[in-house]
Amino acid sequence: MSVPILEATPTPEPMITRQTTWRLLMNNRLAAAGFYVIALVVLIALLAPLLPLHDPDVTDPADRLLPVFSESHILGTDHLGRDVLARLVWGTRISLLVGISAALMAAFFGSLIGLVAGYAGGRTDNLIMRGIDMLMAFPYILLALAIVAVLGPGLLNALYAIAVVNIPFFARNVRGIALGLSHREFVDAARLSGKSHTAIVATEILPNVLPVIVITMSTTVGWMILETAGLSFLGLGAQPPQADLGSMLGQGRALLFTAPMISVVPGVMVFLIVMSINLLGDGVRDALDPRLRAGALTRPMPVTRIDRENVPAPDEMARASALAVTELETSFETAGGREPAVKGVSFSLRKGECLGLVGESGSGKSVTALSVLGLVASPPGVITGGAVTIEGRDVFSLRETEIGSLRGGKVAYIFQDPLTTLHPLFTVGEQVAEAIRAHQPVGRAQAQAKAVDLLRTVRIPDPEQRASAYPHELSGGQRQRVGIAMALANEPDIIIADEPTTALDVTVQAEILRLLQVLRQERGLALLFITHDFGVVAEICDRVAVMRRGEIVEAGDTAAVLGNPQHPYTKRLIACVPKPGQGRRFLEAIRRLPAEEAAGGSGS
Amino acid sequence: MAAYIAKRLITAIPVLLGLSLIVFLIMAMIPGDPATAILGSYATPENVERLNRSLGLDRSLPEQYFIWLGNLLQGDLGRSYALNRPVLDEVLERFSATLILASTALALCTVFGLLAGIVSAVRQFGWADRIVTLFVLVGISIPSFFLALLLILFFAVRLQVLPASGMYAIYGGGDLPDLLHHLILPAVTLAVVATGVVARLTRTAMLEVLRQDYIRTARAKGLGERKVIYRHALKAAMVSIVPVVGLQAGFVLGGAVYIETVFQWPGIGAMLVKAISTRDILLVQGGVLFVAAAYVFVNLIADVVQATLDPRLKA
Repeated sequence: MSVPILEATPTPEPMITRQTTWRLLMNNRLAAAGFYVIALVVLIALLAPLLPLHDPDVTDPADRLLPVFSESHILGTDHLGRDVLARLVWGTRISLLVGISAALMAAFFGSLIGLVAGYAGGRTDNLIMRGIDMLMAFPYILLALAIVAVLGPGLLNALYAIAVVNIPFFARNVRGIALGLSHREFVDAARLSGKSHTAIVATEILPNVLPVIVITMSTTVGWMILETAGLSFLGLGAQPPQADLGSMLGQGRALLFTAPMISVVPGVMVFLIVMSINLLGDGVRDALDPRLRAGALTRPMPVTRIDRENVPAPDEMARASALAVTELETSFETAGGREPAVKGVSFSLRKGECLGLVGESGSGKSVTALSVLGLVASPPGVITGGAVTIEGRDVFSLRETEIGSLRGGKVAYIFQDPLTTLHPLFTVGEQVAEAIRAHQPVGRAQAQAKAVDLLRTVRIPDPEQRASAYPHELSGGQRQRVGIAMALANEPDIIIADEPTTALDVTVQAEILRLLQVLRQERGLALLFITHDFGVVAEICDRVAVMRRGEIVEAGDTAAVLGNPQHPYTKRLIACVPKPGQGRRFLEAIRRLPAEEAAGGSGS
Repeated sequence: MAAYIAKRLITAIPVLLGLSLIVFLIMAMIPGDPATAILGSYATPENVERLNRSLGLDRSLPEQYFIWLGNLLQGDLGRSYALNRPVLDEVLERFSATLILASTALALCTVFGLLAGIVSAVRQFGWADRIVTLFVLVGISIPSFFLALLLILFFAVRLQVLPASGMYAIYGGGDLPDLLHHLILPAVTLAVVATGVVARLTRTAMLEVLRQDYIRTARAKGLGERKVIYRHALKAAMVSIVPVVGLQAGFVLGGAVYIETVFQWPGIGAMLVKAISTRDILLVQGGVLFVAAAYVFVNLIADVVQATLDPRLKA
């Protein structure tokens, strides 16, 4: 019933597509099974006239209601003595023919409507789609019933009815893509070349919407077979002596208690057909549109998977610092094996100190930050080596609940882009209060009051009011302040801030940095500050570590590194900080960046 | 909230008008002369003409529509020829039976679909996920009228624990336990397909949401996995699940046609099938219109629920 609504699907070379699509389809075991079953059924249905079967319509009162496996009647006979196997094969033939015809009809008219609406756009589109919406406002089967009511019972009328009620699915899906395509350059070019509208639709747009038509067809044809069988079952489709699977089932129902097999046999056949088509349809959809593949979605675990090869024992230094990272290695599982993103990173953070972790995107600095408390999405992330020591304990040896109590307790995170990192459906007050209640035994009202206090601390104006606002109702700067308030909720010793100002404009950025600086000094916080911006580092960090391709290439006091950078990469990063009147230097730095370096490492 | 509901109610009006227009047009397409159809082919021309006039069929199509709509708004859906009673009376009586069946099925599919989908997402690739996936596949592929027969064979014929048909026992009964007893099989049958659809969507929605940045934030706050999944992820997933549950109402109301016929449930679906075979067009028209309106109403409720979940939608 749920037909995916697609947007633009890029179509590569047709020849290549055909081959790889076919291979993809057959690699999907379930889809392949569906294909073989439906192919067998179709083959038998096609060969029905050639098979050594009884005449499905010849009655034989002497052989009424023979049981299954009777001599010369493998599936027995019905109440008129007709051979059930022969009727099954011929009924299947009719059901398939009707279902597929309905699908082709719906696909043709639906796609036509969708193409016209999408290509014409504007008022035509609006009018047509309103009509389609109207049709979709009916319960599906009911509309088919109304059409059959008007046309009268009969197999052909049932076919029309089912085709009509399926037109909207095709119209909608095709229209969505055609609308997008009609504004593309190649269509404009065709228009300028003087091609007629019909020619453009047929030669430029139609080939690009074909995958969608195929997908929609493969996901609806099963339904159409099922629904035509349903109408026949109700006595509104095939009329005797003609019989499809549905009407066999409907007639068998009268004998359900005495001869159940007569209805079970066609029922199983419908089930088999629909299931194999559904399996095949899902496979076709996955092969043609990989974004919809079910397997592409995996659930991230609460803590990053830990599979360490080397576990360094924490030394004295590590024990003494607030946070120590020793030879950390984090990788991502890919089809081609484990792809390392962080390769043996070590640093430590003393109480009240601010360490800047600097590098361009893809250098592994965010992955490093997230690895500290096992927050790297897993799968695909795996921590493959090293240790993180907090208060003398190795984080990766802790139980899940212990890591949970560190998170937001001793160690708090501030993330980039608070629009996506705050929950859109809870008020900001609730979200801050929740952070408090996760670690402190306080009641709801008390937590709420504390949350308002925290919002005041981060200088959100009118905090009582703002607490009941949703994230989308706040400005970017205010959202980031909420993120900071949430981090401060349980008076952490360490804050890990992952590009907290990147999504903000310059003046707001300056305010947020000032706020962090004040809080750090007031509360003696240790701050791990991840950024790509040396300007920010110069402003607030005591020490700095420069990361490149998953490794720290240079570390030291901020002043020393800034004043006398040793590594060429650091020099270039520093040169990237724009200074008034020095745009030339910035461009030069970029120009000197070799292509292979620009390609960068993996992950971020 | 009240403003949002009012706004949605207003947008429902053109939809309802559109529905009435479609139903009217479909019915107007009936081939042949209705008066001849009613009076039989041996009717005198005078009688045909008189009936045509009294039916308003001598007027233009738009005129006919507005007269029909006016009557409709006054609750006049015409008279059923076969039953010789007002369509509205029959439809209302039948609809109450359908409502019991459909709302039970909808409740079942919502509860079990959600549970199955959540379990399936949380235990992704585990045995529970496999069982749910298999159930979904079977559920959306098995014809409901066939499933109905299988369940009757098993529970009514083999085990003899549940009745095979009807809404109440013929002798005695008539009370709530009796109704529930008769309700189980048809409601479960009707719910199976919809449960599959809801479960599949819930699984996808949960997996989609669990990858979002705000879930990482919830974890970074130190929330337990239970809270992360059932409070943060589920709430966000519900926003996309609720409209699908609304769509299942259409499926359940439509599927009632089969189920009511098989279980001889005295609802509007069984009425429609009978009315089609007796060519009782006004009864078909009234029934279809009524159920479609009910479906629009359910989707309206779904929209309102969705908006209470997601404050961004109210704007």
